[in-house]
Amino acid sequence: MATARLSQRVGAGGGSIIGGRVTLALDPGALRRLASGREIVLVSGTNGKTTTSHLLAAAMRSTGSVAHNASGSNMPDGAVAALAQDRDARFAVIEVDELYLAVVADAVDPAVIVLLNLSRDQLDRGAEVRSVAAALSAALIRRPRMTVVANADDPMVVWAAAPAHRVTWVSVGSGWSSDTMTCPRCGRSLDTTVKRWQCGCGLARPTASWTARDGAVHTTGRRVAVRLRLPGAFNLGNAVMAIAAAAELGVDPHQAAAALAEIEQIAGRYKIIRHGRHEVRLLLAKNPAGWAETIGLLDEAKALLVVVNARDADGRDTSWLWDVGFEDLRSAAVMACGERAADLGLRLSYADIPHTTVEDPLAALDLLPPGKVDIVANYTAFHQLRRRIGRGIG
Amino acid sequence: MLLPDVLGTYSDAGNALILAQRARWRGVRTRVLDITATTVPPASCDIYLLGGGEDGAQVFAADWLARYPALRHAMSTTAVTLAVCAGLQILGQSMSDRTGHTYSGLGLLDFTTIAGRRRAVGEVLSTCTIPGVGQLTGFENHQGISTTGDDLPPLGWVTRGVGNGTADRSGHRGDGACTGRIIGTYLHGPVLARNPALADHILKQATGQPMPPLDLPDQRAVRRTYLPTRHPTSRGTPATDARISSVDVSQHRGVVDSGSDLAGKTIRRAP
Repeated sequence: MATARLSQRVGAGGGSIIGGRVTLALDPGALRRLASGREIVLVSGTNGKTTTSHLLAAAMRSTGSVAHNASGSNMPDGAVAALAQDRDARFAVIEVDELYLAVVADAVDPAVIVLLNLSRDQLDRGAEVRSVAAALSAALIRRPRMTVVANADDPMVVWAAAPAHRVTWVSVGSGWSSDTMTCPRCGRSLDTTVKRWQCGCGLARPTASWTARDGAVHTTGRRVAVRLRLPGAFNLGNAVMAIAAAAELGVDPHQAAAALAEIEQIAGRYKIIRHGRHEVRLLLAKNPAGWAETIGLLDEAKALLVVVNARDADGRDTSWLWDVGFEDLRSAAVMACGERAADLGLRLSYADIPHTTVEDPLAALDLLPPGKVDIVANYTAFHQLRRRIGRGIG
Repeated sequence: MLLPDVLGTYSDAGNALILAQRARWRGVRTRVLDITATTVPPASCDIYLLGGGEDGAQVFAADWLARYPALRHAMSTTAVTLAVCAGLQILGQSMSDRTGHTYSGLGLLDFTTIAGRRRAVGEVLSTCTIPGVGQLTGFENHQGISTTGDDLPPLGWVTRGVGNGTADRSGHRGDGACTGRIIGTYLHGPVLARNPALADHILKQATGQPMPPLDLPDQRAVRRTYLPTRHPTSRGTPATDARISSVDVSQHRGVVDSGSDLAGKTIRRAP
């Protein structure tokens, strides 16, 4: 697409957003038409959308061509751009922002929707989690032929997905739960002390037909080893969601698992980059749930650079920093960076974490001794860094 | 910390951490108790904190609090309470949801809330009615429109944002409510992170001890970020600051200040 190439050339990013906007502006029915005749999987939820859609696209590629919004442009225009770019692909794997899932599902009539998790993210933009889940639930009920592949460990997801006509439940071994300690159905405090969470009103964890455990996926008496190059238990959970979704479209779990094992980085996440005197690993965490998973991945021997912005795409409110367990940081040195470096630095002060506050992340990097550095950035901070580090601008 | 499991949506639990640390840095020992829904709340705490939450959780929390008269008594006679957003509304007389259904509050404040048509989301600035506290900054995200009784002052007079969403007879718009013992506000951030003077006011009230000044370099930068400066910035894009500061909490026997040779240096921002 000429517009996408132009956007790349002028440095506006991957080009899909501008390309998508143009397509939508020209033709409001574009999404519907571009989708027709293909088998489409939508991947949504608060955390892990980009990773899971990359894993799923890899699994699907083992049987046929796949259109995929790989850059993480997950608004409707991103979906249009991906579908327009690969018009002949038989499958499409589309990551969709959870607030747009209903609109996109109504347009593309997906075969499968993958619902990963629902927790707090950008409260100022997304309204309250329960309202988001209620809107999703209504969209799922409208599509009787579609299968929902849903996380059985997340009460908010279960509440949203249970009324759907066909649900495949997956146990990902969920970690962070403090958003969903009240029952999404009745508001009562939820008993999460047991492995199978349940509420007095009857909402309870469904029996999962796929389970992520000990580096493998377990399903109907079978165990398939999942050897990922991506770190962390939550990526195993993402992989099992992808394998379960691929199975709905006829991909054998062994074949899917083999395809996932090839993947080293996801749109720059986990990527290791040489930048001047430093070897930098880029990680993305944008809310308390994402951070809870990320802290376990950090290498204590490395310096850590945390970068926080608060633009529209991040959420303007930085309160969420106070629900991140920064007290558990053990990194050799910590730099607080980004447009909201001061908010982050203050949070670290109260967590008794020695740190240096420098707004510009690359200036902060220069202050660190040569060696390995982990960088954890939230959404817009991550994309800024990718552009700057990727092009070697210091 | 009352019902962190129910009223934990907006990270107001940070207020507990901030009070505990500021007390500890002054040598005052504290213990933070997470009083979840399955616990019987003690009536002997010095400070009670209530945070924000979603509608269903708020109704649950109001019912739960009403079950413990000893707690209600402590809040009105012996303790200091900070209540934010949904927590504030619960302490009032009543609150109505979007369908017009009215729920009873705890009745500790002459404060009534109805559902507004639009959500108030964004930065708030107010001038605190408590002497010496100064300007308050925070982030609001609520749909409540609240009216305070004639004898109940707000916590602050709003200069930016919505707050309670109502004006008094002279047209002044308030945020929250403030009695001798109960401080209520719509401000998240959390409110005590952005407003250390309010935190120290609560600690002074609860302990009866003076709270010597603390110097946190990041705190100064946070205040500069959100409070108006000589170069006012547009709504939602607070001024940013490229100075660097270094904090080594281990070197200062609990009290944090800028001790490093990095402090105060200015780094040019990259393009």
